[in-house]
Amino acid sequence: MFENLTGRLGDVFSKLTGRGALSEKDVDEAMREVRRALLEADVALPVVKSFIDKVKTRAIGHEVVKSVSPGQQVIKIVHDELVEMLGGASSPDEPVISLQAVRPVPIMMVGLQGSGKTTSTAKIARRLAEREKVKVLMASLDTRRPAAQEQLRVLGEQTGIATLPIVAGQNPVQIARRAIEAGRLGGYDVVMLDTAGRTHIDEALMAEMAEVRDVTNPHEILLVTDSLTGQDAVNVARQFKERIDVTGIILTRVDGDGRGGAALSMRAVTGVPIKLLGTGEKLDALEDFRAERVAGRILGMGDVVSLVERAAETIDAEKANRIAKKMKKGEFDLDDLSEQLSQMARMGGIKGVMSMLPGIAKAQKQMADANLDDKVIKRQTAIISSMTKIERRNPKILDARRKRRIAAGSGTEVSEINKLLKMHRQMADVLKMMGKGGRGGLAGMLGKMVGMGGGGMPEMPAGMPGDPKALQDMMKSAGGFPGLGGPGKPGGLPGLPKGFPGGLPGLPSKKK
Amino acid sequence: MTENPSKAVWRPESMTQLKEGNDVSAESEEDAPKKKSLFQRMKDGLSRSTRTITDGITGIFTRKKLDQETLDELEDLLIQADLGVDVAADITRTLKRDRFDKEISDEEVKSFLAGEIAKILKPVEKPFAPDPAHRPFVTLVVGVNGSGKTTTIGKLAKALKAEGKSVLLAAGDTFRAAAIDQLKVWGERIGAPVVSTRVGGDAAGLAYEAVERGRAENHDVVLIDTAGRLQNKTDLMAELEKVLRVIRKLDPTAPHATLLVLDATTGQNALNQVEIFGKIAGVTGLVMTKLDGTARGGILVAIAKRFAMPVHMIGVGEGADDLQVFDAEAFSRAITGAR
Ligand SMILES: Nc1nc2c(ncn2[C@@H]2O[C@H](COP(=O)(O)OP(=O)(O)OP(=O)(O)O)[C@@H](O)[C@H]2O)c(=O)[nH]1
Ligand SMILES: [Mg+2]
Repeated sequence: MFENLTGRLGDVFSKLTGRGALSEKDVDEAMREVRRALLEADVALPVVKSFIDKVKTRAIGHEVVKSVSPGQQVIKIVHDELVEMLGGASSPDEPVISLQAVRPVPIMMVGLQGSGKTTSTAKIARRLAEREKVKVLMASLDTRRPAAQEQLRVLGEQTGIATLPIVAGQNPVQIARRAIEAGRLGGYDVVMLDTAGRTHIDEALMAEMAEVRDVTNPHEILLVTDSLTGQDAVNVARQFKERIDVTGIILTRVDGDGRGGAALSMRAVTGVPIKLLGTGEKLDALEDFRAERVAGRILGMGDVVSLVERAAETIDAEKANRIAKKMKKGEFDLDDLSEQLSQMARMGGIKGVMSMLPGIAKAQKQMADANLDDKVIKRQTAIISSMTKIERRNPKILDARRKRRIAAGSGTEVSEINKLLKMHRQMADVLKMMGKGGRGGLAGMLGKMVGMGGGGMPEMPAGMPGDPKALQDMMKSAGGFPGLGGPGKPGGLPGLPKGFPGGLPGLPSKKK
Repeated sequence: MTENPSKAVWRPESMTQLKEGNDVSAESEEDAPKKKSLFQRMKDGLSRSTRTITDGITGIFTRKKLDQETLDELEDLLIQADLGVDVAADITRTLKRDRFDKEISDEEVKSFLAGEIAKILKPVEKPFAPDPAHRPFVTLVVGVNGSGKTTTIGKLAKALKAEGKSVLLAAGDTFRAAAIDQLKVWGERIGAPVVSTRVGGDAAGLAYEAVERGRAENHDVVLIDTAGRLQNKTDLMAELEKVLRVIRKLDPTAPHATLLVLDATTGQNALNQVEIFGKIAGVTGLVMTKLDGTARGGILVAIAKRFAMPVHMIGVGEGADDLQVFDAEAFSRAITGAR
């Protein structure tokens, strides 16, 4: 959902990072861009305004001026404010849906037409039945939309959740009473009430909804909203909240390519927590909402700061410098590759590293598409460790017989060894070229690996490394890590503390 | 409205009521005591929906010089109507160019805004007009989940029937639970036959069958419902392509219209919807639903600017009669609250 917003903010931040000092004007400019990015993501205007104000005040104040890498600091402030706006850090132990009430616990679902109430009802019922091992009864109070009650009945069959028998001619309030009664008599723990969609200005329907609430006294009232909603999202949330004290928000169609601004707005405006995300049409496509995770996704970063910390912990600076020197001379052997791979593994594997870099959601997606995971790293490391010292220094001597031996030793296939060698060759070429002053770094390496990972990306043409344009394209397709030093900018991970040898060690940056 | 008498242009009864002062036909007069005129309902809905923007404008402009601050606030109001950052900036810029530093009243601002918006929307205002040369006139209805496809089909079928056309409905959503039943209820409600298959059945095959039956039974129009799908789901979009391919086996010119149903509450993502459904399903026109809520549907302005995609009708409620021909001027006035 948040990919687009991520991309936009990534661009903004790449301009900020890699700078020594930030003036008020720099911050202002960046914030104008952030404002625009947020608005294009459908974040409600009043929310955008207060957000920008907060970030600006903090960014122009002490915090940034005193820090070593101001650009990074601004990103961190934006991140913190996003988390705050989304509802603050949450504890994973806290139950998303509370069942601390007299049985049967009524849960009422409300929202606009077509927002996804019925599907969400079935998803939540299924999850409660599975995770909490409770007995759930679902009832559709939607007497308006043709076949709505039938829809819930079918979903009940599909999930194995009981549904209240349909009685023609009853009105929603009558059905609600019957549902609670049936819940009590049938020994159910939870009764889920799916209501008809309604616009918040339809007075008759809003009154009916309030009446249903009054006769059932729901423990949770969940407002289901479409994450593709525009500026109106806040009106909807506010009005429903005012009318019947909504206890939580469910955000649906998060698997769309919307920018998810509604998520940012509704919590901020109503104070009602977002509880769950609907991530697909399948009935198990339901996820807990965690503010930090979403803020991270929006910025395309888990936490840059923690990446920096972790990198500092795990990387042996001396070794790194040694590799960097060798690389610049164009000597990059398989031992060095192995060292790079294990470094990556130490930092939490590909995903770990990727998730911590800003602005690389696209690369992540490509990697997911390519089925690239840490198993590849493990297997590649295994291959290299099955080689002799001499082979690692000079891979050229690897003939068919040696390859077969290595394959047997590492439990892999000769074809994988060939791929690895090809990757190494290409990397070495690229690195040699970069030694002459190109751009790249980890991005290039990941690009290679994605290329290997299983066809997600086009195979690199053989003559590629000689062609700077092709190289740049490759870097771009690998996600174009902002701050990974384009021409004229210092390389390395964005905002890595100064004195860090050229970003990730061994991954050379432009020569100063 | 551009009237072209030589061509059979579909014009639902409701349209006549849209324009104030027009004679209300005898037929709808019987409804009159029961409910408000459709024009009134649309106006209610839209004006309620635009109250903020209207109030905003009124608040800002009590006859004073047009300054930058005012322009900024105006731009904000347009953004809040979902027109998008660029369109909002464009319109404000024009206002600035023409009126900066001049005395201006709120009424003038409103009509200026309405005028600018209408300029953008007028070229895309095109009534839905099944061409009698194609018989049956095959119409595919597509869109994201819950946008209002099935309901729109029900309403549209009713309007077409009222014009004396025979309509066949096809329950092409074989995926969502009870979607087939939903369309069947609409079929009964308005008296139109429905072609259907079992749940989980082949949607493309069903569409094929519908076109075949439309021919055999000599229907004027076949309206094919499809399962809701998010435009970024490539597999589901490929299925939609398959529906088109299969229909074309029977009639290479079909579908003769592909309607994309947009929910007025949708924000900037509607641009993506138009782009991708347009590319893959060859959308020929738009329907915007749920304008009876508070959403202003301003994204339609951005869509018109970027894609110049025809807009046929708007949905203003859940009832069978809650469909109206899209009227660029009325829509623009309703957005801005201009008289
Ligand atoms: N208020 C209002 N509700 C509408 C309008 N059009 C459709 N709806 C409602 O929106 C909901 C979804 O409409 P459907 O017609 O089922 O939408 P769909 O696109 O067919 O949905 P799926 O097939 O599930 O993708 C229903 O509750 C409709 O009654 C409208 O113009 N105004
Ligand atoms: Mg439908």
